[in-house]
Amino acid sequence: MDQSKIRNFCIVAHIDHGKSTLADRIIEQTGLLTSREMQAQILDNMELERERGITIKAQAVRIIYQAKDGNEYIFNLIDTPGHVDFNYEVSRSLAACDGAILVVDAAQGIEAQTLANVYLALDHDLDVFPVINKIDLPSADPERVKNEIEDVIGIEAQDAPLISAKNGIGINEVLEAVVEKIPAPGGSPDNPLQALIFDSVYDSYKGVIVFCRIKEGRVKKGTKIRMMATGATAEVVEVGYFGAGQFIPCDELAAGMVGYLTASIKNVKDTAVGDTVTDVDNPCAEPLPGYKKVNSMVYCGMYPADGAKYPDLRDALEKLKLNDASLNYEPETSIALGFGFRCGFLGLLHLEIIQERLEREYNLDLVTTAPGVIYRVYKTNGEMIELTNPSNLPDPSEIDYMEEPVVSAEIMVTSEFIGSIMQLCQERRGRYISTEYIEASRALLKYELPLNEIIYDFFDALKSRSRGYASFDYELKGYEQSKLVKLDILINHDEVDALSFIVHADSAYERGRKMCEKLKDEIPRHLFEIPIQAAVGGKIIARETVKAMRKDVLAKCYGGDITRKKKLLEKQKEGKKRMRQVGNVEIPQSAFMSVLKLDDD
Amino acid sequence: MGDVESYVNLLRREIALRAPQYNKYQVISIFFGGGTPSLLSTEQLGGIMDAVKEGFTLAADAEITVECNPGTVTAEKLAYYITCGINRLSIGLQSADDGELARIGRIHDYKTFLETYRLARAAGFQNINVDLMSALPEQTAASYQRTLAQVCALAPEHISAYSLILEEGTPLYVNQKDYNFPDEDEERELYYMTERVLLKAGYHRYEISNYAQTGKECRHNKVYWQRGDYLGLGLGASSLIANVRWKNPDGYADYAACVEKARRAAKERPAPERPAGMEDYVNYLRKSGCQEVQPLGRQEQMEEFMFLGLRLMEGIEEAAFLNIFGVSVDAVYGETIARLAGQGLLERAGGRLFLTPRGIDVSNAAFAAFLF
Repeated sequence: MDQSKIRNFCIVAHIDHGKSTLADRIIEQTGLLTSREMQAQILDNMELERERGITIKAQAVRIIYQAKDGNEYIFNLIDTPGHVDFNYEVSRSLAACDGAILVVDAAQGIEAQTLANVYLALDHDLDVFPVINKIDLPSADPERVKNEIEDVIGIEAQDAPLISAKNGIGINEVLEAVVEKIPAPGGSPDNPLQALIFDSVYDSYKGVIVFCRIKEGRVKKGTKIRMMATGATAEVVEVGYFGAGQFIPCDELAAGMVGYLTASIKNVKDTAVGDTVTDVDNPCAEPLPGYKKVNSMVYCGMYPADGAKYPDLRDALEKLKLNDASLNYEPETSIALGFGFRCGFLGLLHLEIIQERLEREYNLDLVTTAPGVIYRVYKTNGEMIELTNPSNLPDPSEIDYMEEPVVSAEIMVTSEFIGSIMQLCQERRGRYISTEYIEASRALLKYELPLNEIIYDFFDALKSRSRGYASFDYELKGYEQSKLVKLDILINHDEVDALSFIVHADSAYERGRKMCEKLKDEIPRHLFEIPIQAAVGGKIIARETVKAMRKDVLAKCYGGDITRKKKLLEKQKEGKKRMRQVGNVEIPQSAFMSVLKLDDD
Repeated sequence: MGDVESYVNLLRREIALRAPQYNKYQVISIFFGGGTPSLLSTEQLGGIMDAVKEGFTLAADAEITVECNPGTVTAEKLAYYITCGINRLSIGLQSADDGELARIGRIHDYKTFLETYRLARAAGFQNINVDLMSALPEQTAASYQRTLAQVCALAPEHISAYSLILEEGTPLYVNQKDYNFPDEDEERELYYMTERVLLKAGYHRYEISNYAQTGKECRHNKVYWQRGDYLGLGLGASSLIANVRWKNPDGYADYAACVEKARRAAKERPAPERPAGMEDYVNYLRKSGCQEVQPLGRQEQMEEFMFLGLRLMEGIEEAAFLNIFGVSVDAVYGETIARLAGQGLLERAGGRLFLTPRGIDVSNAAFAAFLF
């Protein structure tokens, strides 16, 4: 294959700016597929992804384009996840490309995520060219957006294709621009093999299918390969490229190409995203730069609502883990919730996706505890522990000090909402860094925020306080010392371990009060009065009471009613079984979930 | 669709077809209820009574009740009831306050009730029940007290007093936002007031919602709570015989089909003995058009024994439990009894177990505890 006729590129955009739709049009117009074969959005082939309108796993497609210069080009379009939780995966997908199309909404202009993604692309030395999408919207203002792109990002935008991906306007221009503006790949097929893993999926027949970009050398069936970071070795069984929604085998993959390989690998752990594949018999000198081990940022407890389903949950997590190396879990036990798992995620979205998949694909009813971050606890004896479960916090007398993770956050917001967003950041213990005006009506706010302040409902609050106009991006900055305490909830004087969480000392009272109020509504009346208390270090800081039930009686029960009345009693008894027993108190599953969202508006 | 006349004919057929199965029983009570049986003409009701008398053996002192709504009976009709052997009347008053009656969609007023009541007495009824309701929309302690006082002054032998439960789908449930309902505390106050006032007026409470003068407890209702055998005849009627529960279909056409099945089954062969041939018996019932035929297992019988028996103020007799099930109530429910007693819901005295006043308030919680 002539390397000069290959283009490896991706599309970067803010969420909802039309990335997936443009990808669909490109695939359609290159003529590999009939319209009938088109799924609504080909690259997002997981049901869940389609419903949420986001792309979770990076995928790729190889298409053929007959350019105006009369040549046939191979396009490898690599899709990238569009959420900050998956920043590392995005960076590896970008590294597999030589260029990128930047899609900007003609009405909304540049957003925080646009900036974050485009900088990420530029950092990877990609040649980026912009297209202005949704030009058919009444509110479209392409000239303003062009200027904005040039002013803010500093890339040429005057000849940017003006398109409507939705209505198929301007797609040919985009395809020509790919040929002209995105460079052909470099590298030589004669050098030792050096291939970048940018994704992998587990297939029960073929084992792990490794998605890779061949930077140097060649790989084919029978090549003995080694993953340089994990050290795993294997013999290649099959190589190929990506058809739309299918894998198409070929003889070999050579420098400049994007494709897949299988080698009867049993676990995605062995094929970490970002790792370098080389030839055991003719290894390259150095791995490709940029590999890092992905760490979980957010933890929570996941328990089956029905304790008997514990083995099912374990099996389901095992299966998900096959395809998702960034999911971590280990067994734990809660007094209130029984046997479950402490699970680690890249972020809250990742958590929600896993939770939904467990519920939807594996039919599990889950109770999750409040998500938390990893705290560093420095003990007086010099030991440091990384705390993921609040229940494991050592006795305060053994703690010297604690540290929490802090992120650098960028919030793009129209000027009218700057005040309310700054107030929100202030409330969330944010440290103000700067305000940069993108244009007269829009600014980029920079803050440093404790991670545990943004994993709850920050995104929701941001949206509601900016009427949906603010956008948000962050990356981990590091750890900082902080005045943290463990907030415990006592129900009828019994501590409920699954409700404990770590909170900044200054917010403890407020959080405790809200938790008690919320729980008061969630816990049904019992035959006796139930005090609900919030405590820090054994000291009660808030209290609510669930009053005793006054009446629960069926006034009438005669001959014709008996079967029906018995069913009512059975329902009552069944309802109790589904609750969690803590001391004498039955707590509905929903109570554990409701405290996750303590709305502050 | 069948009119009333054809329905009565069907019912008479059903009575005649099923009665032979129960020729070993002596009938101690008959209850005409559900809907407003007093709307039937004298001939219609008389026809039904004739069929019953023809098919069954009635005890000399059988309690025979007809439910009626105020204004649906005349002096002639009532006199006819007496000649048929009907000796108890149950009148659905609900409230003596005309505003309250209107809000719950009743077409009668208090004056109409008074007329009906007086006619009944004049006809010779010496056993009358009056149904009352508390917790009605816009009802106050004062208005409810007036209702109680007015009814007590009439001195019916029996009073059923229910606290309103809003059932989903009813007009009142749908429009509940339009009205002030007594809150939980007020509702309990009205409920406690019932017992206080009626006790003073010479009634004793024998079940959660039922009060009677000495010896005037409703024999029929006690059969339900003590799990005696009863046979339901007519549209949607429920039965319990020899620990099998079933019911007749609710729709007219289905009911007609059911009676036809009963005819064919009876023609084929006589009903099998029970409970010796229980399986055979259950199959026969199903074949003869009975629906939801459910033979009760031992545990279900125990559950029912407890949650029905505990509706009665006298509760359940421990010796009766032992006698029926061959095992002591403690051996089966010891733990539950101890827990409920510890919570102050249940008491034990004189070889009986019964609910405390607090236990009555939250009786569902207590009953549910006896389910396996």
